Amino acid sequence: MHLMEYKYKDMIHRCFRCGYCKFPTDWSDVTNCPPYARFRLESYSAGGRLWLIRAWLNGEIEWSGHLAEIVYSCVSCKNCVEKCPHSFADDVVNMIIAAKTAMVNQGLLPKSVTEFLTNVQLHGNPYGISAKKRGDWMEGLDLEPYQGQDYLFYVGCEGSFDSRAQSAARATARLLQQAGISFGVLGDKEISDGNEVEMMGEDALLEDLAQRNIQMFFDLGVQNIITLSPHSYNVFKNRYPDFGGHFKVFHHSQILADLVKQGKLTIPETPDTRITFHDPCFLGRWNQEYNAPRKVLKAVPGATLVEMERNKKGALCCGGGSGNFYTDFLGGSEDSPARIRAREADAAKATILAVACPNCLTMLEDAVKVEGLEEKIKVRDISEILCG
Amino acid sequence: MSSIYQALVKIVGADYASDRKEELFTYSKDLGTSEPLWPEYVVAPKTTEELQEIVRLANEKKVAIVPLGGGMTLAGLALPQQGGITIDLKRMDRIIEVNEQSRYMVVEAGISHGKITSYLHKHHPNLMHSEPGAPPAATVGGNLAIHGQGDLAHPYGFNSDMVNGLEVVLPTGEIARFGSCAVGSGWFTMHPLPDIGLFLGWNGTTGIITKVSMKLYPNKKIRENNLFVVEKEEFVPDVLFEISHLGMAEDLIATSSEIPPMMNRLHYVSIMISGDSEEEMEFKRHLTFDVQLSKYIRSGVGGIASVSQERSRPQVSKSSDWKKGGGFEYVGAIVPVTSYPECYRRGAEISGRHDIPYTVLGRVIGSCHSMMFSWSYAFNRADDLTVKHARDALHETDELVMEINGTIWKPAIFGQKLMMDRMDPGALRLMKEVKKLLDPNGIMNPGNWEVI
Amino acid sequence: MYELKFDPDLCLACDSNACLVKCQHMDIDQETARTEILKLCDGESSFVLQDCVTCYACEEYCPNGNHPFYLIVQKQEEFNLLPLPDPLVKSGIQVGIPFRGEPEIQEITGTALNMGVFSQLASRVEGRLFENLTIMSGDSRKMFHYFCQLMYLHYGKTSVINERLDKIIQTIAAHKVKEVVHFHDECFGTYTSYAPAFGIEVPFKSIHLFEYLYNKLLELRDDIKPLGYKVAYQRPCSSRLSPDKHPFVAKIFDLIGVEAADREYVDENAMCCGATILGQKKEGSRKYCAEIQKKNIDDMKKAGAQICVFNCPACMQTLGMPVSKQGIMPLFLSDLCRLAIGENAA
Repeated sequence: MHLMEYKYKDMIHRCFRCGYCKFPTDWSDVTNCPPYARFRLESYSAGGRLWLIRAWLNGEIEWSGHLAEIVYSCVSCKNCVEKCPHSFADDVVNMIIAAKTAMVNQGLLPKSVTEFLTNVQLHGNPYGISAKKRGDWMEGLDLEPYQGQDYLFYVGCEGSFDSRAQSAARATARLLQQAGISFGVLGDKEISDGNEVEMMGEDALLEDLAQRNIQMFFDLGVQNIITLSPHSYNVFKNRYPDFGGHFKVFHHSQILADLVKQGKLTIPETPDTRITFHDPCFLGRWNQEYNAPRKVLKAVPGATLVEMERNKKGALCCGGGSGNFYTDFLGGSEDSPARIRAREADAAKATILAVACPNCLTMLEDAVKVEGLEEKIKVRDISEILCG
Repeated sequence: MSSIYQALVKIVGADYASDRKEELFTYSKDLGTSEPLWPEYVVAPKTTEELQEIVRLANEKKVAIVPLGGGMTLAGLALPQQGGITIDLKRMDRIIEVNEQSRYMVVEAGISHGKITSYLHKHHPNLMHSEPGAPPAATVGGNLAIHGQGDLAHPYGFNSDMVNGLEVVLPTGEIARFGSCAVGSGWFTMHPLPDIGLFLGWNGTTGIITKVSMKLYPNKKIRENNLFVVEKEEFVPDVLFEISHLGMAEDLIATSSEIPPMMNRLHYVSIMISGDSEEEMEFKRHLTFDVQLSKYIRSGVGGIASVSQERSRPQVSKSSDWKKGGGFEYVGAIVPVTSYPECYRRGAEISGRHDIPYTVLGRVIGSCHSMMFSWSYAFNRADDLTVKHARDALHETDELVMEINGTIWKPAIFGQKLMMDRMDPGALRLMKEVKKLLDPNGIMNPGNWEVI
Repeated sequence: MYELKFDPDLCLACDSNACLVKCQHMDIDQETARTEILKLCDGESSFVLQDCVTCYACEEYCPNGNHPFYLIVQKQEEFNLLPLPDPLVKSGIQVGIPFRGEPEIQEITGTALNMGVFSQLASRVEGRLFENLTIMSGDSRKMFHYFCQLMYLHYGKTSVINERLDKIIQTIAAHKVKEVVHFHDECFGTYTSYAPAFGIEVPFKSIHLFEYLYNKLLELRDDIKPLGYKVAYQRPCSSRLSPDKHPFVAKIFDLIGVEAADREYVDENAMCCGATILGQKKEGSRKYCAEIQKKNIDDMKKAGAQICVFNCPACMQTLGMPVSKQGIMPLFLSDLCRLAIGENAA
């Protein structure tokens, strides 16, 4: 690849590898960069990755499958952006995404990444499941297709296809019904939102998905969108306007917080529970929403909300971002971020590990099981907690 | 696949050993101006036992090993001069014990200073340790291997003076402990056992530090930075002397730099004070400015630039991006405080010759017993010419340190040779014999402190 | 070089000598005051030059529209009786040297908002109150090209101001702007008080931030929800150069439904934040600075202030933290206005 093609060619050398990016906000350890926490080799730190990318661009090293895995192990959690003290901090993740784009353009990808992107392109979801099955999650819920209601409830790929995340999608839909919200869903018309494909460097596919979604939303007269996933929330809110799609976008935690405040939900009592909340990166560090889910959880009668040591801006990612929930470059170890996070929830003596993201839900539920903590800790989406 | 790689995988697991070019590339580079030097293997042990096995393997195979902490020396001290195995020690990062009443903590040496600061802040807020001027990713072991100093240098000296006990893996793989821990009495002192000062400041050439007992110090509730400024560099030693007379400052640093202009050809003395109440703080401010330094203020040759600037720990530095180029390196020297004026003047000249805005800093160690004086040279990593200028400036500065009878702190190989060329022959011979005794196969970070 | 337009005859005929009599920092009876000001008028030195803390207040106290403060500062320089130690003067003078390239000059249609050397406070000028203004000096790397230089009055250095101000005015004028709202009222004072006093031409109209805010709030009156706080105002030294704009503080308070804390150090008797006094050469300056800061904050507390609003970022930097430690929330007045119209403060 010629250096000139790389958008950040005049910036990438500025990383000093000082290592601030490894820390959370409270400096409690060097393990807040998920890939670095997992492998603990400098090549997997944000700085190491930037130096490797630069070396690849300069021809100092050649592309390899291992290089691609290192680059794709970045989950775009933005911890590095949060902690980097330099003026280019905002672009640290962007520089890594740009390297992924360069790899996409040259077809130099790990197999699992190719699979992910191909599946999204062919089937509209990363799992490669037939689009016809996209509406299966709402079976028995009596939901209306979107036809001009106040809100579109956009479920996303995980909520539509992953059996665990489907439960959160159903819980959210039930709560919206209970509160009398006027909403509809897309069912099998829904396609991927494109957030992950952008994080994986496939910007052409993002553009295609965004244009298709925007056209569909326009055709249906959508103005307000509620998303199950913070990933969908992020791309609809921050990227779709670049393609002409201007919608009012809400994450389900924001809507639920409002409904709780208005007293429109009957929340079952959960005595003697200690709930801790795991901040999803695309709600927290990407969109600075830390309060809405906590407002929801504080309203649960009988429950105590406790914080894990790393929280809010300093939260450790579950390790599922940028497609890693599928590609799984960070799995297979007790140092996998989700397992570290499960142990942190246990250290906080939580009985419920609450999430507000279907990716986090599946990642952390698996981790709790592997850690042998499933008798002690239940992983629940905030909507599931409100449903009891 | 080599047998060494297979053996390393067997010791630490496949995730933490690598002979792939991506890791080798990453560990071939230092953050400073050093040319890349490639290891053949990279390994990250989790336990002392794993480390022992690695060292035994290397000793048996006569393969070089380079212990690496945070990798922050900038001087290439953890780059493999002769290939071999780079051992990244940062997974060995447990906090083993904090004894609050006796004011010490025992840690694994790969722990970061940031983690210690954060841990004490949360769990022992009345205690602190001396945090180096490096980024918080710097490790305790790495800092001791280079005789680092930190933000308690003025009252308590070098960080290596704050050690209460050590555990070391020797070049042959055995473990040795020093201090009261060696006689099973806990980790509360290095004394009064016979002095075996063989590991601090040796750049990992005599053994790998695995556990450290560090002295902790009172952490006051309020901490602030006060700045005093003079124009004439000749005043700086006396200003520092006057303040050190009080014994009240936590950290005492004089600095001057061409950029920003407000610092150009002026000398700012940063006086860190702390207290448990506003009354204590005001008492210290009063004695500092209204008594000790009042002669400067009255005569108009010194002034209070600012007071009561809150300062958080760890400190965050942006100095590496001064040239928007991701790099700087400095020569640090241990010199008498009285050398400040000459160090500043000569340093500014060197910077001028290499088209680098000058940046100098002197941190007082002890009650003006010495000073760590640094000359920083920023460069643009993407511009080879600026890297060369910085490298040349560093070498000239090393020579300057020798000329003014200073000692180079954490010298690069070039500076080590300059120092050893002038070293007392008796000391040099002893260093050589000690090294040969401890490391008969010469596997420990070879090239460093190598007496020919 | 520019010369101060100062009329000694006005002082000769003055029967109050309020400039020095009212000084909060020097205890001077009227007879001495008259003697000393006339000495200065005659080109002689005076103890006033050494004792002046450079709080600007005499500019406001003067009943004749003369410029006693500018005169004092000019004489401090003439007699080499600068209030600050030499290294602080050198440092201060060097602060204003631009060192990160030339600014990009773009033509501005409509009214500009000049951030001066406070580009980094751009988040303070967001929201509906500022939506029609075009920001000038929004890039902190280039902000010293917009530095009004008036700070050097504290350094006894009118020569530096007079040497540099033309270039700053040219830079602002290069934007082809007709009207400029100044974020910092020291800039406003520069272009509406200092420049005319020294005969320096200013080819644009200056609008005081508080006057602008008041008029903007009138437009948004329907959206104002009275805040109901008790508020202290830290009046800055530069406000003494535009006393006719000071009443906008009270008018804004009325409009946004806050109560002005009933305190001693208010209006003409406002107390300096102390930033400039801290480092002065005069014996005991540091302690005096600490004392007046304590008095000032104690006065706010005694009056029951919940919020202390600031006009000047330097005052905010100096007093913001000490005020908040006493349980009083420090805010820029513009932020308080934003709260009143339902926006979040920066």
